[in-house]
Amino acid sequence: MKRATKLRILVLVGGVALVELLCRVGVIGAFTMIPPSQMATSLWRLIVTGQVHNDMVRTLTAVVIALGSSVLVGAAAGSAIHALPRVRRTVDPLLAAYYSVPVFVFYPMFIVMFGLNDIPKIVIGFLYAVAAMTINTLNGLDRVAPVYRKTSRVFRMGPAATAFKVVLPCAAPYLFTGIKLAVAYSFIGVVGSEFILSTGGLGYKIGWAYNDFNNQTMYGLILFILGITMLVNMSLHAWEKVLLARRGLQ
Amino acid sequence: MSDGHVVLKGVTRTFARSGQQPLHALGPVDLSLRAGEFFAVVGPSGCGKSTLLDVIAGLSAASEGEVRINGVPVHGAVPEGVGVVFQDDASFPWLTVYDNIAFGLRRRGTSAAETQERVAHALALMGLSDFATAYPAQLSGGMRQRVCIARTLVLEPKLILLDEPFGALDQQTRLLMGDELLNLWRQTGATVLLITHALDEAAMLSDRVGVMSSRPGRFLEIVETNWPSDRDSTIVSSDGFGRITSRLWSLLRGESLKAMQIEKRAK
Amino acid sequence: MSGRVAGTFFGSRLFDFLVFAAVFLALWQLAHEWGGDVAMTTPLDTLTFSVRTLFSAEFWPHAYATMRAFFIALILASSAGVLVGAVLGFHRLSGEVSEPILVAVYSIPKVTLYPIILLFFGVGMAAEVAFGALHGIIPIILFTMNAVRNIKPVYIKTARVLQLEPWTLLRTVLLPATLPEVFTGLRVGFSLTLIGTLLSEMFGSRSGIGFQLMNAIGLHNMDIIMSLTFLLVAFAGTANALMLLVDHRLHRRV
Repeated sequence: MKRATKLRILVLVGGVALVELLCRVGVIGAFTMIPPSQMATSLWRLIVTGQVHNDMVRTLTAVVIALGSSVLVGAAAGSAIHALPRVRRTVDPLLAAYYSVPVFVFYPMFIVMFGLNDIPKIVIGFLYAVAAMTINTLNGLDRVAPVYRKTSRVFRMGPAATAFKVVLPCAAPYLFTGIKLAVAYSFIGVVGSEFILSTGGLGYKIGWAYNDFNNQTMYGLILFILGITMLVNMSLHAWEKVLLARRGLQ
Repeated sequence: MSDGHVVLKGVTRTFARSGQQPLHALGPVDLSLRAGEFFAVVGPSGCGKSTLLDVIAGLSAASEGEVRINGVPVHGAVPEGVGVVFQDDASFPWLTVYDNIAFGLRRRGTSAAETQERVAHALALMGLSDFATAYPAQLSGGMRQRVCIARTLVLEPKLILLDEPFGALDQQTRLLMGDELLNLWRQTGATVLLITHALDEAAMLSDRVGVMSSRPGRFLEIVETNWPSDRDSTIVSSDGFGRITSRLWSLLRGESLKAMQIEKRAK
Repeated sequence: MSGRVAGTFFGSRLFDFLVFAAVFLALWQLAHEWGGDVAMTTPLDTLTFSVRTLFSAEFWPHAYATMRAFFIALILASSAGVLVGAVLGFHRLSGEVSEPILVAVYSIPKVTLYPIILLFFGVGMAAEVAFGALHGIIPIILFTMNAVRNIKPVYIKTARVLQLEPWTLLRTVLLPATLPEVFTGLRVGFSLTLIGTLLSEMFGSRSGIGFQLMNAIGLHNMDIIMSLTFLLVAFAGTANALMLLVDHRLHRRV
């Protein structure tokens, strides 16, 4: 194991241990934060008693739908924009400024359009993630060097074969980066909506627990969300590194 | 003249440009390549050498004139039996060396057994047998070009076009690759068109050298080398070699100066 | 118009942008037709309401509250972010240890951390500033760290040959070399800090534009929602566009 990895583990374990100590000793009051060990046991209890089962399913389902749709639409949009240089010229600055817009504010509009169900928060997750996927698809297609397309013509390949056998594998690592970001943004959009706009699911439960002065439940749930998102994101990041290393890009 | 393997008659290529005069990049060019000959093209930068290769290969359609390969017209689509090696590394980074070389065979639907046999042969020929499972990112520039050449040759094309294939390599590697290219040429009996900016390379490898003018490129002269077919890179020490390279340079010197003027004016 | 001038206009970026804007406004209007005033207001109504808002008395105290929290958060995030990023960039080991941690924090829904911030800072501007700064500081650190790491060694070598003093080295070599990427980080940090500040106001605040938005959402007052959103987007979009121009200029120099 590399030296940096060892140090990092040390730093993280040390940090958690420090927080644990400060909580136990009382420097950090129980009303502010409970010790990390209690966070873990609380989460365990929540899972085992099935209290948060429905919320977990609800949140994760919404995330998966937002993710799937944003990846497909983002890849398609990126491919289409890439093929139309004039459209791209117009759309590029808008994509660059996309994340300066607080997408959450469109939530009431979506309630009216889709009803008071889970669809609005899925749409918000989708809107967050789709831009990242589009931008990275464009980036990936940019990186397909002209010589590859020329080579596919020398092999007398038609447009479909060129797209699937040459362009797609060539752009794949960058598409994967887009998917990785789409996962993160889907979580952020869905959980953020649940939290701020109180629409059920884990995010909502956290806000509810906060307002109810229920630190045990609140921290248990926060731990769960942090744990899941970090686990998923770090796995995808590690996989991405393998893909890029094979290409000599890292 | 008209029954050569590759025949060009009055070929020109112009590119339309928005808001400007169209760019006259090439021609008019007349050329006839004998079957099985090794023909090199030299010329100042920007003269249209790569455009010429694109037009012959069918990657680009001639604006005027016609290109025929074995009597069949070529216009904007790559015909069968043509192999191209580009200056930029075109090896597919997502495939192993083996899969790269097998790519064209698999597209043709060649059986697995025959594919394996022919790929193994190509690997041995290019000295890549130890690297069959490696990815191009793990190889040097010279080896990646060998992968590209192997990938082209394994399909046994009758016409091989090379666009400055050794441009990114150091001089020693270039000379050795030149020897390898001659070996392959003799073994396959294909017609070879090599574009290069290195006069010594052109003089050493080819039966004839076409010298192009500055843009728009036309052939100023075609220099015959009269080398024996069993030549290799040691030919550089013969008397004829010096004479040929100096003839090439005397033709090119004026054109290269002109090309620099054109580029300066364009800025 | 003569043929050539018409030709250049129809091929120009201005034309493309106008077409895009026209299509966008048309879609907006259509959405209004489909959903009615309950779903969204028309482009024209949104514009008039926004102008009215700008001239109303209630708007400006809230705008001031938001801007105050936002700018303090931005200054904090920028200064701390650039400093920490530079340190992590120069000291390789620290950078290597920290980077995965920072990337992991970047990708979590930070909204879930907001209750923790509220518990530590209490409800009020301090929590809003902290939350906003938390959003913005991470990309600034990451971009700065990368910029410092990517300083070409040949620049340092040249500076040593020229025997530059540390301050001159910083001013004439290191700063210009890292500026483009650091600026991109600041641009991203700007947008994220704004979103963080707004989000914090939307959950637990009694003032600010975020608070006004939550109020309007609760009362289902589409006029206010649309006009506030429009003003926010106009502000964020314009700021971002200006920064993009600078960004492009800086990157072209390199």
